[in-house]
Amino acid sequence: MSDFIMPSMGADMDSGKLVKWKVKPGDRVKKGQVIAAVETSKAVLDVEVFEDGVVEELYVEEDTDVDVGTPLARIGDGSRVGKQEHEVAGKEETKPTTETKATPEKTPVKETAEAPAVSTTTEGHPEQAQARSQQPVPPKPPSTPAAAKLESEGRVPASPAARRKARETGIKLAELRGSGPSGAIVLRDLQGAQPTRPDIRPAAGFDRQQMRTAIAAAMSRAKREIPHYYLANTVDLHAAEQWLTDYNEHQPPENRLLLSALFMKATALALARYSELNGHYAEDGFTAATRVNLGMAVHLRGGGLVAPAIMDADTLTLPELMHQLHDLVRRARGGGLRVSEMAGGTATVTALGDRGVDTVYGVIYPPQVAMIGIGRAHRRPLAVDDGVAARLAVDITLAADHRVCDGHLGALFLNEIEQLLQQPEAL
Amino acid sequence: MNRDELRNAVLEELSGIAPDIDLVSFDDNANLQDEYDLDSMDTLNLAAAVHKRLGVNIPDQDYARMHCVAELLDYLEKRLNHPQS
Repeated sequence: MSDFIMPSMGADMDSGKLVKWKVKPGDRVKKGQVIAAVETSKAVLDVEVFEDGVVEELYVEEDTDVDVGTPLARIGDGSRVGKQEHEVAGKEETKPTTETKATPEKTPVKETAEAPAVSTTTEGHPEQAQARSQQPVPPKPPSTPAAAKLESEGRVPASPAARRKARETGIKLAELRGSGPSGAIVLRDLQGAQPTRPDIRPAAGFDRQQMRTAIAAAMSRAKREIPHYYLANTVDLHAAEQWLTDYNEHQPPENRLLLSALFMKATALALARYSELNGHYAEDGFTAATRVNLGMAVHLRGGGLVAPAIMDADTLTLPELMHQLHDLVRRARGGGLRVSEMAGGTATVTALGDRGVDTVYGVIYPPQVAMIGIGRAHRRPLAVDDGVAARLAVDITLAADHRVCDGHLGALFLNEIEQLLQQPEAL
Repeated sequence: MNRDELRNAVLEELSGIAPDIDLVSFDDNANLQDEYDLDSMDTLNLAAAVHKRLGVNIPDQDYARMHCVAELLDYLEKRLNHPQS
């Protein structure tokens, strides 16, 4: 039995509103199944469960705001379906070690209630969330023994961020009701205590202001924490263009490939080889990823940006990759992106498209360590043999984290992409 | 299918791809990329939608020469009325 907690949704989303349960107590669920929909500042996302089991209890009602790390449901073998949470809390009393674990400093409250800029620990692979979900972290209202005990000891359970904010604004924590795990006060609980601050959360969907705020937080963090270095390389697309024209000639529109698919595949293969650019940088330093989950910055019509990932992009054939690109763009704009896609990226590609610019230098999406920029492919004079030819070419750039690797490696990486694009038939 | 019906069908598919486009004031001669901010995937999706709905498979090379809905309608009219040509 374990509590399923709200997984990380990416660097710029630390909370969301649970808008729809897609399961009910007693339902059998399989790993990867979508069990809920959560509305974030950027999009309505599908939340998948990380294990097989039976939904025994839903802790959170629909239309409730939840922080990353909040227990959402209990998944078990089905023997405790319908049992209420006081059962869980009661069980806790017999296990003093778990009670200790339920103090604010040990629960996900600490990690999740921080602003995106400093919460490095919860962002990352859904696997991390999954690992945490194995720990029993029962939700408890403030009146539970653990919380009451803490209060009686004069220390109101609250996240460090909430504590700091309360100090800065002069709000008394004791007068607030905590909504975090163990009834702890999290940053969100302080917002109600600030009448000067208008609530900008829309009733449904997401608005531009929130999207801007989320992007601002993630990008500020990137520029504050990550020492970027930048490289650019012009790639001759003559071979790629010819191969693509031949390929598409006999394909109906729905099966045609775009150059983007070739760029993504070449990038994914190069990332698989240069692991220093593929992974996450957290408090304990860089960890290379074992898979290439390639994020793709998708511009949303009407403004805004999301960067969902294509899982195992290096192993997909070009038609498979193209299919996933279609699917991802469609869902990014129409809804239905999954939390794992939003948080699971190991590196990201940004392309400003046909109407864009020659060269784009990206800002790294934390906790990732590399952003690959694809400029506008257009015809330009290139030296070919002894002469000059008008060739389709593109500028491919790299913004990489200097804490993890140096420009020499970045240059090898960009050259690898260039070489791969010279043999499109092998992609 | 006359030109008006054809236009309605194309615009309906277009609004499925770019729901924010105002069909009431839609300009058939405006460049889809420049004026309506369609990217390469959007235009490819439009070709796929046209293929599915009207059964006209526009070859990539022909499609690359079309930049606005008027040009697309001209092409579709020709193909639908003279399937052999």
